[in-house]
Amino acid sequence: MTVLLEPAAPAPGALAPGAGPAPRAWRRLRRRPAALLAGGALALLVLLALAAPLLAQLSGQDPNAYHDDLVDSARGGVPLGSFGGISGDHWLGVEPGTGRDLFTRLLYGARVSLLVALGATVLQVLLGVVAGLTAALGNRLLGRLIARVTDVMIALPLLVLAIALTAVVPPDFPRPLLLVLAIGILDWGGVARMVRAQTLSLRGLDFVEAARLSGNSTLRIARRELLPSLAAPVITLAALKVPTNMVIEASLSFLGVGVKPPTPSWGQMLSGAQTWFRADPAYVLLPAGLLFVTVLAFTVLGDGVRTALDPRAGSRLRVGTRKERTA
Amino acid sequence: MTRFVLGRLGGALLVLLVLSLAVYALFYVAPGDPARLACGERCNPAQIAQVREQLGLNDSVVVQYLHFLQGLLAGRDYSGGAAVLHCDAPCLGFSYQNDRQVTELLLERLPATFSLALGALVIWLVVGVGTGLLSALRRGGATERVLTVLTLAATGTPVFILGLLLLMAVCAYLQWLPFPTYVPFGEDAEQWAWNLLLPWITLGVFESAKYARITRSSTLETLAEDHIRTFRAYGVGERALVTRHAVRGAVAPVIALSAVDFGTMIGGAVLTESLFGIPGLGKTLIDGVRVVDLPVVVGVVLAIGTAVVIAGAVADLLYAVADRRVTLS
Repeated sequence: MTVLLEPAAPAPGALAPGAGPAPRAWRRLRRRPAALLAGGALALLVLLALAAPLLAQLSGQDPNAYHDDLVDSARGGVPLGSFGGISGDHWLGVEPGTGRDLFTRLLYGARVSLLVALGATVLQVLLGVVAGLTAALGNRLLGRLIARVTDVMIALPLLVLAIALTAVVPPDFPRPLLLVLAIGILDWGGVARMVRAQTLSLRGLDFVEAARLSGNSTLRIARRELLPSLAAPVITLAALKVPTNMVIEASLSFLGVGVKPPTPSWGQMLSGAQTWFRADPAYVLLPAGLLFVTVLAFTVLGDGVRTALDPRAGSRLRVGTRKERTA
Repeated sequence: MTRFVLGRLGGALLVLLVLSLAVYALFYVAPGDPARLACGERCNPAQIAQVREQLGLNDSVVVQYLHFLQGLLAGRDYSGGAAVLHCDAPCLGFSYQNDRQVTELLLERLPATFSLALGALVIWLVVGVGTGLLSALRRGGATERVLTVLTLAATGTPVFILGLLLLMAVCAYLQWLPFPTYVPFGEDAEQWAWNLLLPWITLGVFESAKYARITRSSTLETLAEDHIRTFRAYGVGERALVTRHAVRGAVAPVIALSAVDFGTMIGGAVLTESLFGIPGLGKTLIDGVRVVDLPVVVGVVLAIGTAVVIAGAVADLLYAVADRRVTLS
């Protein structure tokens, strides 16, 4: 288990080819420039988000401070200056209407996006793995019950339920936490179903049988024998869940039921964007572009992780392609 | 077959029952008193007490839920003092904001949602399946790589970004179209179509990405099968192999997924509707949430749940009909 989950150390030469699943996966991932590029972009974004308070101090701006003097109140609050009011003080211009600094708001928005997307994914994986393992290894009645609940959870429309949930939670409950909980608790069905199916097929294999015959408890078998084998598919699914969760957060904030002002969020910035199409296009394009690039990067990275961890990938869909036929 | 249908129906009813229980529980975790919310801001305690009596909020929670179920199945009467309000069979209660039956409100909003979903369905079937077939035909080439990148980009993009950019380009800058406002089909069919064009494209293109992927991978899988090799040996051309024979592998999954997606959209494409101001179910939900109109929220969620569950069952059936290898059991 520890061997598998250790951050794969790139040690070419030190390890013989195929020394373990993790180094092998890392080598495969390294051969995909798109995935590496996406990973690099995301690392940069995470770094920027973590350093948001520092960068805000550096630029001398507060994300929530109003600057009435920077917007043209006669023209409905259009930022003064070109490109949405870009200046030495305001590196990406200011928000129309309020004059709040856009650079720091986008940075703090990144924190919210990343926090909710990653937090919800962790919760989904935890709930899903526990539910899936219990469904496969628990007694029959419990197993069937959990499988049934999983089916129901998958069938329900997530966005709609999350919206309804936000209607009834007290307004002073911290919103990012609410979003993490809502997404995590409503959308663990996919992970649970996959873990259950995998466990059921692993359960009959010899190494699990051997562990059972040597008198190990079910819990120990789950931890020592099953979890390491489940790691690859779970990591794959989790990597693909992150962009989905990020889109859900942005969607809820866009609809006005997610992160509450004054906390900045990309989705929320876009909900007010329609009025500024012509007057301040930068205000629309900046959050939209950031959200697009981030979600795309997560998707590409997740796709890369999937291919790197799937032993059959790369060969399966190439069947009958030109390359194969000429070979 | 009959057994499968009955079993699927039973399962669907169970899901709906659980859903109704869950959303009904929303009333009780909601902040604030339902009676006060129903009565409005300027109500005195006596009026609130009267509303509470009328809505049956003094009964125990279980009795209230049973009344709610009874209202759904057989209709119910709200009696408070002299006035008796009757609420017809699928009774979802009365909206707090406008004194109307929620069922009536939802039925009124359904055509807009249906119009949106229908156009999007046509687009994703044409664009999505077309793209998938093209990239299967040109596999291994530059066209496929470009299409794969485009598909990947479209898969992840939030639907409202696509819509915003379209609005910005087409309506604000190029001014080819005015900003859309929904016109019912019955009023003016031509205006209906023009005003729905951008929402259709937004939703349709967004969904197309998924269909392109599925079409491509199912077609490629079928291409690897023995009968295709036989066709090839007999000299059937590459284009005919893909578009006439291998595409059959994609028919079943595309139909099944379309049923699910169409059902989900009938339940309301919340984002597209609120972006373009289409007065459908999804927009009703968001408006209901904003003003804490709980009966409307509960009603929409139940309606959407019903649509999704029915679509899921229909998808299973269609899959079995379209793919002979699947037997219903």
